[in-house]
Formats: sequence, structure tokens, C-alpha cells
Amino acid sequence: MREKILESIEKNARIDLKDLAVMLGVSEAEVANEIADMEKEKIICGYHTLINWDGTNEDKVTALIEVQVTPQRGLGFDKIAERMYNYSEVRAVYLMSGGFDFTVILEGKSMKEVAQFVTERLAPLEAIRGTATHFILKKYKDHGTVLVKNSQDERMLVTP
Amino acid sequence: MRNPLSNVVVDIQPSGIRKFFDIVSEMKDAISLGVGEPDFDTPWHIREEGIYALEKGRTFYTSNAGLKELKIEICRYLDRRLGLQYDYNNEVIVTVGGSEAIDIAIRAMVDPGDEVLVPQPSYVSYVPCVTLAYGKPVVIELQEKNQFRLTKEELLSKITDKTKILILPFPNNPTGAIMERKDLEDIAQVCIEKDIFVISDEIYSELTYNGEDHVSIACIPGMKERTIVINGFSKAFAMTGWRLGYAAGPQEILKQMIKIHQFAIMCAPTNSQYAAVEALKNGDKDVDRMRESYNQRRRFLLNAFKEMNLDCFEPFGAFYAFPSIKRFNMTSDEFANRLLQEEKVAVVPGTAFGDCGEGFLRISYAYSLEQLKEAFGRISNFVARLDAKNSENQ
Repeated sequence: MREKILESIEKNARIDLKDLAVMLGVSEAEVANEIADMEKEKIICGYHTLINWDGTNEDKVTALIEVQVTPQRGLGFDKIAERMYNYSEVRAVYLMSGGFDFTVILEGKSMKEVAQFVTERLAPLEAIRGTATHFILKKYKDHGTVLVKNSQDERMLVTP
Repeated sequence: MRNPLSNVVVDIQPSGIRKFFDIVSEMKDAISLGVGEPDFDTPWHIREEGIYALEKGRTFYTSNAGLKELKIEICRYLDRRLGLQYDYNNEVIVTVGGSEAIDIAIRAMVDPGDEVLVPQPSYVSYVPCVTLAYGKPVVIELQEKNQFRLTKEELLSKITDKTKILILPFPNNPTGAIMERKDLEDIAQVCIEKDIFVISDEIYSELTYNGEDHVSIACIPGMKERTIVINGFSKAFAMTGWRLGYAAGPQEILKQMIKIHQFAIMCAPTNSQYAAVEALKNGDKDVDRMRESYNQRRRFLLNAFKEMNLDCFEPFGAFYAFPSIKRFNMTSDEFANRLLQEEKVAVVPGTAFGDCGEGFLRISYAYSLEQLKEAFGRISNFVARLDAKNSENQ
């Protein structure tokens, strides 16, 4: 049941609880309780809106930064991650396998602002050995949703 | 000049759906619940394979019965999903949709005057195909009280010495009815006793919601040798426009079907066949995902019927519901037309699928939740208005 609820609200967090309960064939109370429990357990961590900022007047740049670090005594990956993710400019931090250690996703008003953050905040951290900053030029798909085209129902209106 | 036309063809009634389609197309901003195909796009990995086949220049004919690779995958699939074993070499044919398979199966088996039993309400093509093969279609009217399943008694009552074939259209379009193993065992017993062949149209076999897998009548002992199983890619893999289906059955019958297919069609579209190989190899999880999504919408629909007090038996198959409108004292045609005019919602009158569909509507739930909600709001208004009027008159 939990997985089915999550699959639905992952795609549409605003789905009516009553509708969701009907579609899953359970009571509304049961769905509400499961959701409340999952919120407590931090399985559900928030309800955000997927926005394509390109369609607004707001200037935003997003950068994806590869970070290489040297873990030190008493300062494991988790500690280093914490020192990065506490900055409000940082949207996401992932520990990676492969050629570098962390992916940090940063958002700022301009490339300059982002570059400044990297050089003044990230790079000077003792554990960090190096960074490579990649700016995102266009978002085609985000969170499983294609941002660039409208899908239309092209089926004929009535078919056997 | 002589009359250029064949009387047999001229006498065939055009599909009732066509008539309704013409009215709906004239209508701007109508919401339709009248579509008989999935609302999903074909999964990308399948489309990609079709594109790749074109890139590789796979644009030639295949052998008449279909690509060997595809026939092998079809046999694996029938074994995996239905427990049916067929020899890919001479017991399977790839056709242009399930529709062609229906046509050539009937033509391969019917001689003039042979009677073919067609349970209705059902898909629109069985009766015309029998007529075009100079056979005699004999309709069996299915009953709502039996959940539109075919019963042994109904079958027995229509059998004569001329009866040769039973068409078995389950899971059913338009009713959403299914036949479970125990129902099929009854039918199988009659078919064996009376020496009747079965054309089992199982195009919706992947879409059942009773918690069990679809059962093919060919699985009942003694039936495989007298059954043509028809299936395809349209519904299970959301591939209607690719026009690809297949039939499996006894070699003796398949051989004649392949002969008709070879002269009339040559072979099914090559690039669709390559895409279908990918669908069967790696598409099971897509089918599961779509089935779950249809099932959620099915529950939504049934609940909406309940809330507006519209009688509907629970459909366990396909993606249709077949609610009864008998309490409004209107024909299906009238109801559907008024609903379209007054609330701009298109549904298909049950009579499009046989006379015994009178008093019912086919409502497809292959639509997004938003579309369904909007449409059901409107239907609910319409029904409330009719009810208010009726109580005034009393």
C-alpha cells in the first residue's frame, strides 16, 4: 500500500486524498494515516512544486559541481557533506561512486554569483581537493517530467 | 451500366460507432469517453526499436507468417503468460492487428451456410466478417444478470446442426466482462460434445483486474486442438497504430489462414514486427504499470457511478464500463445524444455493439484522471437533471 501511495503522490502531490483512496480501493482514513506515518518517518520529506523557471522573468542559473575531497581523521564524507549542504544556495548534495566524490547542485541569480560561491565558500574548505563547475543550459526533463513539450490527446474521438 | 456493387457488401450495416463519430467530430470542446484504445504512448524502448529497424533499412517484406524471431517470442509469451505451447514454425501467424486475424480465421473455417455463434454485446467486426465469408452469424444475447458472461444454457440454446464456430470475445469490449476458468470449463464441455470450433479473441488478455491472470479457453483440456487464439500488441503494449496482432492454433487451420494472408496482405508491417520483438522481450513491466493505472481509474469510475446512482456491474477486464441507463426510460441512442448535446460528453451507445446493448452505454476509462473527473462532473449534472425531472412528473 505504501509504495502505491508513494508512486501516486510522487507524480501528483496535490491529488485529492478521497480520489486516491478510491483508486487504491481503501478507506480515506487509511491513506491519511499511512501518509502521516511516512511523514513522521521521513519517508515523505516534503511536497515541492516542479517549476520551469525558464518560463518566468526570474533569472536563475543552476550549476552542477563535481567535488573531489580528501576525507580526514574525524571528518568523514558525512561531515564534509554537512559543511556543504547547510548553505541555503546548495540545492542538492549527493555522494558519488567513480571519478569524483560529491555532486553539488547550486542555484544562483547569475553565473558570477555561482562562481563566487564556489571559489569563496566551497573551494576553501580544507577537505576539498578540487571542483569542476558545469552550468546547466537547458532543462529538458526533471523529476520524470518532460518540461519542453505539451502532450496532447491525438486519438480519434470515438473508436470501436 | 450494371450495378457495380456486391449485394452482400451493400447489405452490411455500417458500424454504429461511425455514425456517432460523425456527430461528435462536429462538436467543439466535447470531452470524449468513447475511445477504444489506450491513452498511453507506446513505451519508448519499443518505439526506439522501430526507429532502429528503419535506420538499419529493414524495410523489406518478411516471410508471410511473420519474422521468425517474433514468432519465437510470441510462443514464449503464450507459454509464459497463458501456459500454452505452440510450435513457432507452423502454429503461429503474425497479422495486421487482431482484426485481420479475426477475418482470416473466420474465412479459413467457414463454408457458405455454416453458422457462427457471436455473443453480443461485442466488438463490431465479428458479424460482418462472418457475412463476408458467406457464413450465417447467429447472435447470442448476453445478460447483465450473468455479468455478461456466456453461459452453457445460452450456448446450447443456439446450437443447430449447422453450427460450426463459436466466437469467444473475452475480456470483452464493450462490457468489460471476463470469463473465469470455471465458466470456460462449462463452455468447453459443450464445444467438445457438439464438435464446435472456437475463435477466442483475447486481445485484452493482459487487462484483467480480478486478481488472477486471464485464462484462455485453449488451456482447458481438449480445447487447444479446436481453438484459434487471437491476440495482439494494441491493448497490452499500447501499440494500436502499429497494426500488429497474431493468431495461434492447430497447424491444419493455420496453414489455410496463412494462405489467405499471403494473397491478401503478404506480410504484417516489417518495422512493427521488429518493435514487437522488443515489446515481448522487455515489455512486461510496462504492461504491469499500465494495468495498475487502468485498475486505479476503473475503481474511480465505479465509485463515481455509485455516487450518481447509476447501475453498473463490476467489469473485471479491458478498459470499459457498461452502465445501465434503463431507469431513465430512454434508448441508449437518445441518452448518448442528449448527453453530448447538453453536457458535451461523448460516450458510445451500447447498441453499437449489438441490439442487446440497448439500455447500456460503453464508457472507456483510458483517460487521465483529470479528464475523467471533468467528464463525470458533467455526467453527474445530466443524471441529476433527469432525476429531478422524473420526480417532478411523479
